[in-house]
Amino acid sequence: MNGNGDRAPAVSLRGVSQVFTVRGGGRVAALDEIDLRVEPGEFVSLIGPSGCGKSTLLRVIGDLIRPIGGEVQVNGKPAHQARLDRDYGIVFQDAVLYDWRTVARNIGLPLEMLGWERERRSARVREMLELVELTGFEQHHPWQLSGGMQQRVAIARALSFSPALLLMDEPFGALDEMTRERLNNELLRIWERSKSTIVFVTHSIAEAVFLSTRVVVMSARPGRIVDVVDVGLPQPRMAETRVEPRFFELVKEVRELLHRGAPEVFEGPPADQPLPEAELLAAEEER
Amino acid sequence: MWEGYKAMGEALGLTWPFEVDDRTMPHLHQIFGQFFEPSRRNGPLLIGVLAGKALFTAREAATGFLLGGVTGFLLGIAFAHSRLLERGLLPYVVASQTIPILAIAPMVVVWLKAGWLSVAVISAYLTFFPVTINTLRGLKSVEPRSLELMRSYAASPWAVLWKLRVPAALPFIFAALKVSATASVVGAIIGELPSSIQDGLGGAILNFNQFYLSSPPSLWATNVVAALLGIAFFAVVAVAERLVVHRAPEHVA
Repeated sequence: MNGNGDRAPAVSLRGVSQVFTVRGGGRVAALDEIDLRVEPGEFVSLIGPSGCGKSTLLRVIGDLIRPIGGEVQVNGKPAHQARLDRDYGIVFQDAVLYDWRTVARNIGLPLEMLGWERERRSARVREMLELVELTGFEQHHPWQLSGGMQQRVAIARALSFSPALLLMDEPFGALDEMTRERLNNELLRIWERSKSTIVFVTHSIAEAVFLSTRVVVMSARPGRIVDVVDVGLPQPRMAETRVEPRFFELVKEVRELLHRGAPEVFEGPPADQPLPEAELLAAEEER
Repeated sequence: MWEGYKAMGEALGLTWPFEVDDRTMPHLHQIFGQFFEPSRRNGPLLIGVLAGKALFTAREAATGFLLGGVTGFLLGIAFAHSRLLERGLLPYVVASQTIPILAIAPMVVVWLKAGWLSVAVISAYLTFFPVTINTLRGLKSVEPRSLELMRSYAASPWAVLWKLRVPAALPFIFAALKVSATASVVGAIIGELPSSIQDGLGGAILNFNQFYLSSPPSLWATNVVAALLGIAFFAVVAVAERLVVHRAPEHVA
């Protein structure tokens, strides 16, 4: 993991396209010729309106969806191989904890998959509980925790096997603003410590700017990259970062880019037939 | 309630839906008192006899329950994994349940010879169906995100089954097992009839049926024992569920 100049990119996308068939037989270009390169150690956010394919793009990187065209590489190998090698951890918007398992056993789930011995597993689970500040909750079941705590368990689970890449699909989207900001800070602390690469999907401009080294702004139908914003705010980011003038400038810049990409959204299907991302994914999963 | 209805029925001379008297509805004290009467002249007490028969039937029912439960579970897994199997076999499984058990029982007895094992098979026949349907439903109840998580771990189908699908299906399976638990007792009792097995509750019911006119409480006492056996089976499953299933409250049936 020691850095040297010519390491393979953490994620490399070339000409990635995806088309979904929607109800009624129509076809929607969810992703259109996406090119993107994420270097190891970067924190890259994908931001865009509903239906811009940002969640789809994340799933393409994770080899959860196979694109119809283009090349996807993770850690210098095809995405499929990277998944088989367990090169990434993933966190969804809802924590997706298995509610028959305790917190400790949820965090240990990927370790079970990797065939770790019990002692090694529980030692790592203890470490992870400390990392997300949930020590003392190991025997709780997920439904006994608040939404923010559940999401911390999901993050601990994704990091438990120290994947080089962390994929996050609007992980804090369902949380209140206070919890979200606290978890943003925690995530940055974890990112700095673990030296992992993070690809982060979000709806929130402020969140994207605060967290990321780069913000990828996308437009909808077809899903395209409008522009990539280098954030360049000093590290480590702190609560004060959110009130710096440069922070507001960047927020403004991203917002303008979003609006530039926006008209296509309104030229899309009529308002009574919205095609939110969730529905596109559902269409995909029905196959 | 029993005594209340009986008193009311006798006082009003109810003849609908049936005439109420000591023959159709013996007093509770007569029914329970019958336990402590000799089962036949100079014979052992009825309660002892019925306890022995209940144990015999319990063994048949328990074997049938396990057999049916396992069969139902495996069929559910097979159907969940193969649309072809589900399409091809499920209709026959459904059809099998429309054939009355009384038509199946004699055939089983012919195939397996009269004995407690054939009764267990008849009991299993009555048991497996709810387990199959609910296992199938439960295995398919898994949320897409949970499956994606497993896919991100490159989990084998085996791991997906045992670490995700089966645990998610358990509340459904236990709901079916509760139905099957009581059905297995019914199946065992009915199964004893065509086999002419005298050692179980079915034999006792048939026997006391013939002597109902001379001693109504004996049949009622036997029915009480059969009911208790069913309740006991149900209770065992309910306790097992509490020990095994740790789900959010909204997922527990």
